[in-house]
Amino acid sequence: MKIHEYQAKEILREYGIPTPQGNVCFSVEEAVEAARKLDGSIWVVKAQIHAGGRGKSGGVKVAKSLDEVKQFTGRMLGMTLVTHQTGPQGQVVRRVLIEKGADIRMEFYAAMVVDRSSRRVCLMASSEGGVDIEEVAVSTPEKIHKVFIDPVTGLTGHDAEDIARKIGIAEAAVAETRTLLQGLYQAFDSIDASLVEINPLILTADDHVVALDAKMNFDDNALFRHPEIAVLRDLDEEDPAEIEASRYDLSYVSLDGNIGCLVNGAGLAMATMDIIKLYGGSPANFLDVGGGATAEKVAEAFKLMLRNPKLQAILINIFGGIMKCDVIAEGVVTAAREVKLNVPLVVRLEGTNADLGKKILAKSTLSIILAGNMADAAEKAVAAAKSPAGT
Amino acid sequence: MAILINRHTQVMTQGITGKTGQFHTRMCRDYANGKNCFVAGVNPKKPGQDFEGIPIYATVGEAKQATGATVSVIYVPPPFAAAAIEEAVDAELDLVICITEGIPVRDMIRTCYKMRGRKTRLIGPNCPGIITPDEIKIGIMPGYIHKKGRVGVVSRSGTLTYEAVAQLMEQGLGQSTCIGIGGDPVNGLKHLDVMKLFNDDDETDAVLMVGEIGGSDEEDCARWVRENMKKPVVGFIAGMTAPPGRRMGHAGAVISGGKGTAQEKLAVMEECGIKVARNPADMGKLLKSVLQ
Repeated sequence: MKIHEYQAKEILREYGIPTPQGNVCFSVEEAVEAARKLDGSIWVVKAQIHAGGRGKSGGVKVAKSLDEVKQFTGRMLGMTLVTHQTGPQGQVVRRVLIEKGADIRMEFYAAMVVDRSSRRVCLMASSEGGVDIEEVAVSTPEKIHKVFIDPVTGLTGHDAEDIARKIGIAEAAVAETRTLLQGLYQAFDSIDASLVEINPLILTADDHVVALDAKMNFDDNALFRHPEIAVLRDLDEEDPAEIEASRYDLSYVSLDGNIGCLVNGAGLAMATMDIIKLYGGSPANFLDVGGGATAEKVAEAFKLMLRNPKLQAILINIFGGIMKCDVIAEGVVTAAREVKLNVPLVVRLEGTNADLGKKILAKSTLSIILAGNMADAAEKAVAAAKSPAGT
Repeated sequence: MAILINRHTQVMTQGITGKTGQFHTRMCRDYANGKNCFVAGVNPKKPGQDFEGIPIYATVGEAKQATGATVSVIYVPPPFAAAAIEEAVDAELDLVICITEGIPVRDMIRTCYKMRGRKTRLIGPNCPGIITPDEIKIGIMPGYIHKKGRVGVVSRSGTLTYEAVAQLMEQGLGQSTCIGIGGDPVNGLKHLDVMKLFNDDDETDAVLMVGEIGGSDEEDCARWVRENMKKPVVGFIAGMTAPPGRRMGHAGAVISGGKGTAQEKLAVMEECGIKVARNPADMGKLLKSVLQ
């Protein structure tokens, strides 16, 4: 799960990490009022969306007067921001963060992620702050320093100071940086984050370190023990189809193609998308109905795909193990009865009760294209999507 | 003798009284020599009772002492599953297979840390388990699709592994052992660990390795294969069309920071002499071709 920058900063403040003073605002009036209360003469207006790359796309503006705060906020609220992380459709801005301007002397980068190979949390820091870290990793990887954190001792003062010096933090601010990084790990660990990124982490003119930006993602599997984090979910930032899917405990990701896929198992679902592409088609979604799906769940999954206006064919690829093919077949028949099925449907059933499932489909009045194996199914689905709809 | 498990393996089930634990214990007991393999269950609240004749003990340690079981399979719900693994490690079992999906990563980081230097091996979590066909299955895969043979299978998926097995069967190829190592970012045995075991196994002639986007386990394994593997290896990576930054069902299946793409994995595997199937429907055929 992702949260907004202003929410991440609120959490960081609880862990003693300095951030600029600021307030989230939902209207121009609120923004001007917030800026006035912050005093000072420079403010930053930051669009709050769940994607990075806002600066380059006009989502971060420095205002030198209250008039400019008004003007920038007015322009930002309601605009569709397209960044390299939003996809071409962009993301509508519904809230802005008004912050007091900071006196930046130097910019750094600090982040924590789970490192799979070492099975530890990894602190990454760099002297190259305020830029795309992926580019730094490619062009000057030696400028990224890492510490793999021992889960029992946590981030030690020694390691924190060492990395602070390596990235070029002024000696006067090393102690403060150590405290900041240790707070960052404490936050990461305590609230089951999966990513914390401070880009940039700044050194101010008077030698203080401040988290000027903050990005935080969470381990979905741990949200059950953090209700205070779970409530921060912003449904406006998510795809409506994916929200609907999550209600039924379906794993769904919208894609931009025209062949809907309904598959059991994440690996097989990905492979099904891949093979559609291989045969010249384009998948409309990733959809894993899981191992223990009921007929009702399958029906919901089916309806979900049918809502996509771009949809021109559906491919159901099931390898029954625990999940029985007859259960899938019943779900499909139920859904097709409820919703007008106006695209060709290709079905491949294999494994437990496959024959029973095929019989159920055959007995229904649905016009179904049965496929013998994965390749056959993909080929038929691609051909069906290319022919006029409804045939 | 295949790898890790065989017809003589003695298994206990942690979480035997839950719905999932009951169902799969029954299925496993009914497969091949399972009746003689599944000898104990663990539930701290129900010691002295039994599940369809399988005695239940309060702790893993007691179950081990009473029955001699050295392997455990876990169906405990996510909030308690990591602790269940640790209990098995503390009891010095040889192997733990954790089927549970949805364990927080932080829990697994701590559990894996505690496992360092211990004798217990871990498969999973979030995995289908392990099967040595016609001898024993420990996990949730459908047993009947398998047949004893000489191809080893290692995979991060569940149903995609079944698909791979079905393709092998179509080519008339049975399996020595099939292992699903699971779809979580922090797990026990990795492709590389399993590959080493297959390399040393007299009953395995070739290995089918099925991977997916996220992390660099497949690349690490491929580099080891180039230097050390004595047997042909065939591979497939799922997620060629997966968009970056999106989690594709499995907690560990995500391309992050431009890393962990299928393209990158396939390139490294090919470089290391592994024959890769670009088409998931070709896994079985390709494996067959390297045997001739």
